[in-house]
Amino acid sequence: MSKALIQYICTVADNNLILGQRLGELCGHGPNIETDIALTNIGLDLFGQVRSYFQYAAKLEGGNSSEDTFAFLRKENEYKNVLLVEQPNTDFAYTILRQFLYDVYHIRFMEHLQQSNDETLAAIAAKGVKEVAYHARFSADWVRRLGDGTKESHRRAQQALDDLYTYTDELFHHNESELNLVNEGIAVNTAQFKSDYYQTIHAVFSEATLQVPDQKYFLKGGKKGIHSEHMGYILTEMQYMQRTYPNMQW
Amino acid sequence: MVIKLENQDIDSRLLPLLDAVNDPEIPVLSVVQMGVVRSAYFTAENQAIVKITPTYSGCPAMDTMAVDIRHALEKAGIRADVELVLSPAWSTDWITPQARQKLEDYGIAPPLSAEADKAVLLGQAKIVACPQCKSKNTRLISQFGSTACKALFRCDDCLEPFDYFKCLK
Repeated sequence: MSKALIQYICTVADNNLILGQRLGELCGHGPNIETDIALTNIGLDLFGQVRSYFQYAAKLEGGNSSEDTFAFLRKENEYKNVLLVEQPNTDFAYTILRQFLYDVYHIRFMEHLQQSNDETLAAIAAKGVKEVAYHARFSADWVRRLGDGTKESHRRAQQALDDLYTYTDELFHHNESELNLVNEGIAVNTAQFKSDYYQTIHAVFSEATLQVPDQKYFLKGGKKGIHSEHMGYILTEMQYMQRTYPNMQW
Repeated sequence: MVIKLENQDIDSRLLPLLDAVNDPEIPVLSVVQMGVVRSAYFTAENQAIVKITPTYSGCPAMDTMAVDIRHALEKAGIRADVELVLSPAWSTDWITPQARQKLEDYGIAPPLSAEADKAVLLGQAKIVACPQCKSKNTRLISQFGSTACKALFRCDDCLEPFDYFKCLK
């Protein structure tokens, strides 16, 4: 039971961890100071939630495990984040579209996790859902501005949407650890808000004058630990300090 | 005797000590006035237990607050354990009226109600008063400001930029 729960916590937390790492890469590199601060603040919120998740997982696992061992000392195939969040910051439009596609999912996910039979997960979600509401407002606002902005910003936003849309379906897949926990009322059954998710993002795309891609085939794998090439590079940078100086603290 | 301050449950012997510990990011407010301290009491072994809750999940000030609280109590000869609790989630409603005034005096516009906050952040309403000149002719520059809990505004009358404490509930 607790093993499946730890697996599930990682499945949930890894999305935040990897997206937070991607946003952290933008620190000092945002297109202007306001968006730079906004994106890194969003990353900070995500990391804050990750710490709560991993502290809980470490408590369940016991022994020498800690939030850091979960964050920094697992192998690539042990990370269960969706492929969407590991996609690179190709340009500002990609960063915003990736964020938007995740935020709209994240806010619904947290609303449901608040009802979890697991008290700790419900408490983390009750806290986090308020933060995610700000993230979703920020990214939706920018999707509209880029899509309905200049010819160039529209072109780039459409390009980013065309490329990233293929990763959205995976948000609604369940891996084995999740299925049992869904039945116990602990894990969120994401299928129940899938149509609401697509309706919401499509409405914003329409306001942003962006065309919804005619997608028939969606990419998946992250939730089973099968990642894109990007993941290795992310982990190399993220894990460097703990691998080089084991157990270091600051 | 345990005194009640809003919905906090703090032992009266610990209250003055905790009220002297300031929020490192907003040094005019104490951790009690911010509503960060949820409860504080003594165990049978005369050890103090202080329960604190984060304003935002990723608030980097939490670790500093925990250390500052432990130091302040140690100085008074009290052994303290500081525990982080997540539930119930912190809300800007917990900031006391005196604290709201202090925020404004310090140059941070205090949080509005949830509905007003949304209208403000969507740029639909001009109701955030500039803490410098009190004009409401202000506008949002960025939803995310110098810390996770604040947004950045500018006053179009006195032209000063200022922080607005975002509503969280």
